[in-house]
Amino acid sequence: MTRSNGIFVSRARLIRKRLNPLLKEWGLTAYVLRHSMLAVIGTLIVFSFVFIAIFGTRLAPYNPTSTTIQERFQPPSGSHPFGTDKMGRDVMSRMLAGAQHSIKAGAIVLAIAVPIGVLLGGIAGLFGGWVDELLMRITDVFLAFPSLVLAMSFSAALGPSLFNAMIALSIVWWPMYARLVRGQALAVRETSYVEAARSRGASNWHIMFRHILPNCLSPILVTLTMDMGWVITAAAALSFLGFGAQPPMPEWGRMVSDGRIYMLSAWWVSVFPGLGIVLVVLGFNLLGDGIRDALDPKLRRLTEVKWSRKKISSSSKG
Amino acid sequence: MESKENLLVVEGLKTQFFTYGGVVEALDGVDFEVRRGETFGLVGESGCGKSVTATSILGLVAKPGRVIEGRILLNDEDLLQMSSKAMNRIRGSKMAMIFQDPTSSLNPLFRVGYQVAEPYIYHQSRRKRRALHDAMRMLEKTGLPDAEEKTKNYPHELSGGMRQRTMIAMALTCEPELLIADEPTTNLDVTIERQILDLVADLKRDFSASVLWITHDMAIVAQLCDRVGVMYAGNIVEKTDVRSLFRNPKHPYTVRLLRAIPSSVSTAEELEEIPGSVPRLIHPPTGCRFHPRCDHAMEICSQIKPVAREIEPGHLVACHLYNEGGETDGGGVV
Amino acid sequence: MAEALFECRSLSKLFPVKTLFRTIGNVHAVEDVDLEIPEGGTVGLVGESGCGKTTLARTILFLIEPTAGQVVYRGEDLSDLKRKAFHAFRRETAIVFQDPYSSLDPRMLIADIVGEPLTIHRMAFGEDRDDAVLALLERVGLKTEHLYRYPHEFSGGQRQRLAIARALAGDPKFILLDEATSALDVSVQAKILNMLNALKRELQLTYLFISHDLSVVRHLSDLIGVMYLGRMVEYGTREQVFDDPTHPYTRGLLAASPSLDPDDRDRPREVVLEGEVPSAVDPPSGCRFHPRCPNRKPECERIRPELVDIGDGHLVACIPE
Repeated sequence: MTRSNGIFVSRARLIRKRLNPLLKEWGLTAYVLRHSMLAVIGTLIVFSFVFIAIFGTRLAPYNPTSTTIQERFQPPSGSHPFGTDKMGRDVMSRMLAGAQHSIKAGAIVLAIAVPIGVLLGGIAGLFGGWVDELLMRITDVFLAFPSLVLAMSFSAALGPSLFNAMIALSIVWWPMYARLVRGQALAVRETSYVEAARSRGASNWHIMFRHILPNCLSPILVTLTMDMGWVITAAAALSFLGFGAQPPMPEWGRMVSDGRIYMLSAWWVSVFPGLGIVLVVLGFNLLGDGIRDALDPKLRRLTEVKWSRKKISSSSKG
Repeated sequence: MESKENLLVVEGLKTQFFTYGGVVEALDGVDFEVRRGETFGLVGESGCGKSVTATSILGLVAKPGRVIEGRILLNDEDLLQMSSKAMNRIRGSKMAMIFQDPTSSLNPLFRVGYQVAEPYIYHQSRRKRRALHDAMRMLEKTGLPDAEEKTKNYPHELSGGMRQRTMIAMALTCEPELLIADEPTTNLDVTIERQILDLVADLKRDFSASVLWITHDMAIVAQLCDRVGVMYAGNIVEKTDVRSLFRNPKHPYTVRLLRAIPSSVSTAEELEEIPGSVPRLIHPPTGCRFHPRCDHAMEICSQIKPVAREIEPGHLVACHLYNEGGETDGGGVV
Repeated sequence: MAEALFECRSLSKLFPVKTLFRTIGNVHAVEDVDLEIPEGGTVGLVGESGCGKTTLARTILFLIEPTAGQVVYRGEDLSDLKRKAFHAFRRETAIVFQDPYSSLDPRMLIADIVGEPLTIHRMAFGEDRDDAVLALLERVGLKTEHLYRYPHEFSGGQRQRLAIARALAGDPKFILLDEATSALDVSVQAKILNMLNALKRELQLTYLFISHDLSVVRHLSDLIGVMYLGRMVEYGTREQVFDDPTHPYTRGLLAASPSLDPDDRDRPREVVLEGEVPSAVDPPSGCRFHPRCPNRKPECERIRPELVDIGDGHLVACIPE
């Protein structure tokens, strides 16, 4: 065995040794989640939604955009489980194809808002003083923006589109994360372990990246999960109002809006996409709740005993 | 007759907590009695079950816990058989408790005077004005300076020692026969602690009450209590009068615990260490719960739980060493 | 006589009490304290709440900047140190805190927690660092398999050992033990105290031990300082302070501590301190202790007593001799 081989092997072993406890923690999280009925339901909904978002277009039995005027306003039936809309398009196929837009909207908004919010909140919380004041006032300004009005101005200026709606949403979404992380940073800053690090000469960056941010991950993850549902709703709302997705994009909010005038006669055109939105939000909320409970230290300690005994008994049987 | 002598008798008390992770056997057959007019000390380290004993007596065991077996006799009446309505009437009037942290035990929204007056209003149906006046008198008795002004204060406006005096006043309002004190001086400064200990001793005399004092501090026990029960992992392992406990400890745990206290040894000596650590009570050790850490453990110790035996008048020990066929003849484990 | 590792001269720390617009007063946390910590010694600091021992300790380590006075470490004034030298000072000093449950970052592995000082001072990385941590764990009586675990898997006593291991990382010369055993059970405390004594001898450490528990301080320290409301009222060797307590507050403190001898309750007690510690924002004039002092004289209200050597380095700050 050459020297370089030896280093490679030992480094891999080191990585595995460090990874193991982390995997064990995730395993415990999964175990707790599995045992909460509501969390399981939430997970199923979310996973189905993601699955549909990825494969929806291929799964759709009908072409979501082709119009067949003879088939318009067909009520739900065997061939059209969710009925057809005013252009004769199969509602279910449109929903399957449209899921991806909702998820993209949610993902993009959060992908922009979360890093900005976390960074600003972390800096504000860690440094305190005038930095904190300044950043918090800026946050307040952005919080004061009415998201709909902002979206409207974006539409007016740049033209209405789902993409522009997402930009508008990102701008009003990051303050919540800034506040969240700032609160955590303030709490973590006062802990003994941070004081211990400082007493040994740790720099502010060390404290930020090794203590504050890792301790923020849990609340961020929980908020993020639940937020996904709300961002999707917000994007749908904007599309409903006409500032987001434009026809013929089968975005669910847009679909609800399109079917609004026909509610009394062809209720299925609006109701199914609406129910879809409700279900998705519910799913993310349940999952978020489940994750929050699964990450709660007290519950984990209690469950750990049960889980390790189950592992021992199942490994001794097997 | 026994009941004339014993105010409180606890027999075979078993309390368990049914948690998600399993059943925590917090109390595994606790037996002791508090005689009229005495101060009985329940001493032990964290996790031994002394606080659970107090809450079990008061009927306030937190979920998911439950008393599953035993009798708790207050004046010959079994508290465990009583309805919650009857218990409510007893709590605060015949039997009262002082807690460890006066800050979290006092309601921050109500003035101190009102909180002390509450038992008068609830248990003795006094009118508010008279109750407040009597509350002030009681606060004076507990040595609170400027009691009249202080009754209008909120708890956060008082110091720790003053809050504890408030709690004591609250507990004594209805002249309880039994006062249970759960580590009330742990968070207080030493000089304030001394004042509170003296206060309780005086008040006990004035009100002819009996006291069950729960603590981890052996020194407080030495200065305050008449009789002592040493707890370990949910059992009372030794029970006797205070002088016998300190001069002639029998149970291996008691012996080593006393030697682990810094003031008991000269500064040049090392402190005694007890190997291992307190067991988890979800799957406690079989037999005697102390056996994994005991120097004198014999085979029987891991199999059968030792029953408390009176090896000298008034001195009970739960240890196989002192049972028939044990290694010693009661001469001690020194 | 050992060299002084730390020398504090006229150290004071005031915390301003502010309303929205102005400062309405000051908390006199530490007032004009002189303290010498000899190399290799253990100095115990005792006093009740509000006495300033915690603030004093943190000011000595320059975690809080003094309002007045100097802290001299190995002959150099800490406020004069340049960044690199100050960073070295941080490596040579460490703290062990009271609460073992909040002094370890719950999201970090033991290897990272204990090895943190090594990372901060770039002394070892990766596997080398983990090996160094292993050696430290062995010193405090923990095992190899504990290296890659999270703190929540350990008991209070074990966590305190981990905190001590972390303090030992980086080869410090000085450790501040801030009520390090106060949150532990008696039997666990015994192990930790024995271990601290052994480590001190093996590694030639210097300790500053803060505690409200007089018996623990007595067991561990060679020199003892008694503080009251921000001032040092008595200072001396362990024998001097415990066998010949001179200041009325020290005597009151010792008398108030319950002893392990049940017969002591029948003996008449010498001193009982009445009242409570007054506010540190508006402390009593002259001798801070005079309102509660059984021996007070009229001068005590006017004159502030200085520390006087009453023999062999036993210092007392009291007017009547």
